[in-house]
Amino acid sequence: MKPPPFAYHAPTDLDEAVGLLAEAGEQGKILAGGQSLIPLLNMRLASPRVVVDINGVAGLDGIGTDSGGVRVGALVRHSQLEADTAAAEAVPLLRQGLRLVAHPVIRNRGTTVGSIAHADPAGEMPAVLALLDGAVEVRGPSGSRTVPAAAFTTGPMETALAPGEIAVAARFPQPAPGTGTAFVEIARRHGDYALCGAAAALTLDADGRVTAARCCLISAAPVPLVVDLTPDLSGTRALPGELDEAAAAAAERTDPEDDIHASAGYRRHLARVLTGRALARAAAASPAATAATAADTGATR
Amino acid sequence: MTEEQHEIRLHVNGVRYSARVPARRLLSDCLRHDLRLTGTHVGCEHGVCGACTVLVDGQPARSCLMLAVGAARYDITTVEGLAAPDGTPHPVQRAFSECHALQCGFCTPGFLTLVAAYVRDNPDPGEDDAREAVTGNLCRCTGYQNIVAAVLRTAEIVRENGADVPEARRPDERADAADDAQPAASPKEGGRP
Repeated sequence: MKPPPFAYHAPTDLDEAVGLLAEAGEQGKILAGGQSLIPLLNMRLASPRVVVDINGVAGLDGIGTDSGGVRVGALVRHSQLEADTAAAEAVPLLRQGLRLVAHPVIRNRGTTVGSIAHADPAGEMPAVLALLDGAVEVRGPSGSRTVPAAAFTTGPMETALAPGEIAVAARFPQPAPGTGTAFVEIARRHGDYALCGAAAALTLDADGRVTAARCCLISAAPVPLVVDLTPDLSGTRALPGELDEAAAAAAERTDPEDDIHASAGYRRHLARVLTGRALARAAAASPAATAATAADTGATR
Repeated sequence: MTEEQHEIRLHVNGVRYSARVPARRLLSDCLRHDLRLTGTHVGCEHGVCGACTVLVDGQPARSCLMLAVGAARYDITTVEGLAAPDGTPHPVQRAFSECHALQCGFCTPGFLTLVAAYVRDNPDPGEDDAREAVTGNLCRCTGYQNIVAAVLRTAEIVRENGADVPEARRPDERADAADDAQPAASPKEGGRP
């Protein structure tokens, strides 16, 4: 189908964009990459009165990497971030997640911050932000604020953004030294929405013992589900049996839904299996992993 | 209610066009209906099938997921822009013909633009790479075997002939030079009901 009618604005300045969006209130929508908004318009699932196209707004297309992590501007395309070597070295989970976002053609247009603001429970990048305890920089009529990832996504397609507010950047902190990360998912076809997916971050000390472990599950709950597995895994050597037990504990926390693609039970099964795989890969990817640990856990899946 | 119309200028295949469109006109519809470039096909209209793929500043993108009003800042290449000015088929077009990589042809424009850019960026793909490269585009006829073969053949032709796979046009060489060659589309073609 075709989009419903709307008034279109293409501001070149952030304050102007905020003003236009604030004026539109609940009826306003931001257009960045358009890879989620335009399908919603075409299918008439969304019918905003006002669309504010921010593609011409200066200063939103930068990727900044420093010792603290990676800051991604609202107009950075997934493909641009995926290709950024400095960002991938600082926060490897970025590239690990980006490679699972739809198809390369969609990644050429879609933006990472847009994906976070869209807050699809199947989205990979909201999960990356949540797992790393990142934050979203927001600009609104009353100024700027920073919203932690845990408070940003409030429900399926729902965020803490108030009418008139724009997500201008996302901050992905660099994980603690000794941390390995991984992102795995199952989709019917590579590039489709994941039936379930799991990201994991696991920190090992110099002896190869776990000091911290977290996972984040997608398509398993109304929002990206972060589970702290540190109590389950702390002090272990991240051996397969230990990881499987922790994965089972994570899967019990999920609240998946039945739909035409998969039953809730199957999704919960996937949550367990994928969390186990993600933890094993994260352990193998930890710079502190001993060769033996890497061989034990990395090659089995 | 009379819908507000926007005057837009688009750079497509090195030619500058103007059109008068409502904000909700998709780029795919603008190309086909307003500019009469019907080589770009429209399948699903929500980004799943890939038939409407065009190159946006040289990068493949779904034209059904872009608004025409927002496309003026880019250089667009459609399937009509792949062949050389003298009509010599682009290597990807030759490869699709040689490998019988199409049957009904509906999905073909999307595959051609996609693969042209893919081979430009990946000059020596393996079979798995080739298959992965086309996973975002649907074909209901061929079963994909010959499409994958055509991706590999495209790369082979380019390697053999050193054929010139078009680079993404840079803004400084964009359409202005072609203004005299083909005047902007007549205004009557813009803003059709």
